Amino acid sequence: MYKIAIKDINTLFSKIAGEQELILPVKKAGQYNFGVYEEGADTEGILTNKTVKSAKDAFFPQFETLYNVKKTITPADELENGEEASGTKIRTKLEVQMEELKDKDFVVFGMRGCDVKAVDVLDKVFLSDPVDNYYKARRDHSIIVALACHEPEESCFCTVFGIDPSDPKADVATWVVGEDLYWKPMTEKGTKLTESVKDILSDADEGAIEEEKANIKAIMDKLPNTKLSLEGWGQGKTDEKFNSEVWGKIYNPCLGCGTCTFVCPTCQCYDIKDYTTKDGIQRYRCWDSCMYSDFTLMAGGQNRTSQLQRFRQRFMHKLVYFPDRYDGMFSCVGCGRCVDKCPQSLNIIKVIKAFEKAEKGGAV
Amino acid sequence: MQGLKDRLKELLTDGTVARVVGWKKGDMPYNPEPAVFTSVDEMDDFVYDGFCGANLSKMMIEATKLEGKTAVCLKPCDTYSFNQLIREHRVNRDNAYIVAVGCRGKLDIEKIKKDAKGITEISGTELDGADEITVKTIYGDKTVNYSDVLLNRCHVCKGKDHMISDEVWGESKDTADQERFAEIEKIEAMSPEERFEFFKKELSKCIRCNACRNVCPACSCRKCIFDNTKFDAQQKANVVSFEERMFHIIRAFHVAGRCTDCGECSRVCPEGIPLHLFNRKFIKDIDKFYGEFQAGKDPEAQCPLTDFTFEDIEPGERG
Repeated sequence: MYKIAIKDINTLFSKIAGEQELILPVKKAGQYNFGVYEEGADTEGILTNKTVKSAKDAFFPQFETLYNVKKTITPADELENGEEASGTKIRTKLEVQMEELKDKDFVVFGMRGCDVKAVDVLDKVFLSDPVDNYYKARRDHSIIVALACHEPEESCFCTVFGIDPSDPKADVATWVVGEDLYWKPMTEKGTKLTESVKDILSDADEGAIEEEKANIKAIMDKLPNTKLSLEGWGQGKTDEKFNSEVWGKIYNPCLGCGTCTFVCPTCQCYDIKDYTTKDGIQRYRCWDSCMYSDFTLMAGGQNRTSQLQRFRQRFMHKLVYFPDRYDGMFSCVGCGRCVDKCPQSLNIIKVIKAFEKAEKGGAV
Repeated sequence: MQGLKDRLKELLTDGTVARVVGWKKGDMPYNPEPAVFTSVDEMDDFVYDGFCGANLSKMMIEATKLEGKTAVCLKPCDTYSFNQLIREHRVNRDNAYIVAVGCRGKLDIEKIKKDAKGITEISGTELDGADEITVKTIYGDKTVNYSDVLLNRCHVCKGKDHMISDEVWGESKDTADQERFAEIEKIEAMSPEERFEFFKKELSKCIRCNACRNVCPACSCRKCIFDNTKFDAQQKANVVSFEERMFHIIRAFHVAGRCTDCGECSRVCPEGIPLHLFNRKFIKDIDKFYGEFQAGKDPEAQCPLTDFTFEDIEPGERG
């Protein structure tokens, strides 16, 4: 167990960033978001404030090029003699340039317990057969330095999904205690990183973080949404929940925007498309949103034609389909970002509560 | 609020309207959601307080297609949007019953949360509440002045009068305490490089969620060009270089002359991008080049950009 004074934290960031890429929350134009650390970055408040987007971009960026295809055309008068003789009029060559996979280690600092758990959810999808090479390369090279939640907020409900925000499981775990940041390597990768910054850390007593852990637990206990019940959700509930009338009563205000899906640390749907470039195409993938009208749109106009269906899809995926497929694991981690950001104040908590109310016979 | 709720229930009971578009009580002290109520029982969850900032006029596009009249609660600034939708033949006025609700400015929860995490209770946000609101949090209690935590748009309030109504409920207050174009003038005074940097910093936060577009009452195309699947510029790919800037600039051009400056785009942006600045710049320029014009003030008025007069400014002229 080590520690560093919070006032010196930029020295730590600078040191880590000197060795490898460092991704952490930075304040830009008034908002906290994960980004690459650059000397002089505004890190004020990053230990206590929730980021708008999660750290998902570090492993699965919102936009990434998969490969480029370049087309070269050689006109007839530039063809080589042999080609000309064989009757070739023009030569068209397609060249595929693969995007390079991540091949260097990088550190993500400041992920909370919920964000770390969200990576487990993404792993299930991208590391099961067929393995996603782009994702795997990033996962293999990532070193996660997690941060215990010093000031959980009222939209937080990670404990509902069995997450302990006072004791995040990562390569290194850190805690804010008084004026110091406590630092504990938890894995081999974490120990290696710690070695490289050891000269600016000082030894610390493990006892100091026990009080902080107890404080966090006590706060979580007082928050309004941490007692939410997931009874009735999970494996085997497809028919019952899919056909419920409750969806029709609660979906209406949904704007069909992608806010909830894009701030979510676990939403993993993507689309693959091409940009036409001057001399070929750029094949890219970008996050998709089940809230959008073109999500999994097929030539015949299927398969979700109304906002009710799209709205239902998102929550069914998180609370029923995902657990069905992955041994009961929910694909929500209770980070509360969608709760904070939905323009219409709809969210997964309200959905769960509406079903609970309806099941008890109340009007929704 | 009870009076308003009772009146709306009455409208449902006596058959004046078949449904009510209003706000439903949230599960936290500050998150009521826009909702459609079809029965008196459902109306028990109706709420109207300082957090009912959402402009409900756009919901009337669909609601007025239904059978029977729909009552809608509109604040003074929302009535401009509604008028504009009438002007564009997007809502059916005959199927709407407008309850013009009073407003003393709406609250910005982001501003409140800046100094208050772990909120459990907020009191004093009703229309007839006090000048101070009390915010209870698990980390301690705080009081803040109502006027210090208003949505930015309320500081340039268009006034306390409703532009259209069938009946009025509650008193309104003009909350303007800033010059409407002060923010624009500040940006106009920047050098082109500074201005580019400013917008680059703001717009690079864009996550292409399209919330600004989907909430905008002026964005009422049935199919947005950016949702066209045969179009290279994908609506959901946030390419850091230029894509999202194009989106916002194109959108601002498309709503120019029709935007009432309701401020919903900036209110809903999850990244806090001041999107209203684009629209307000257009409004300022339209005022300058074509004479003062407020979209939605008069549902019969011709918008300068869809009209021609011999006095119109020549293309390329910069006034």
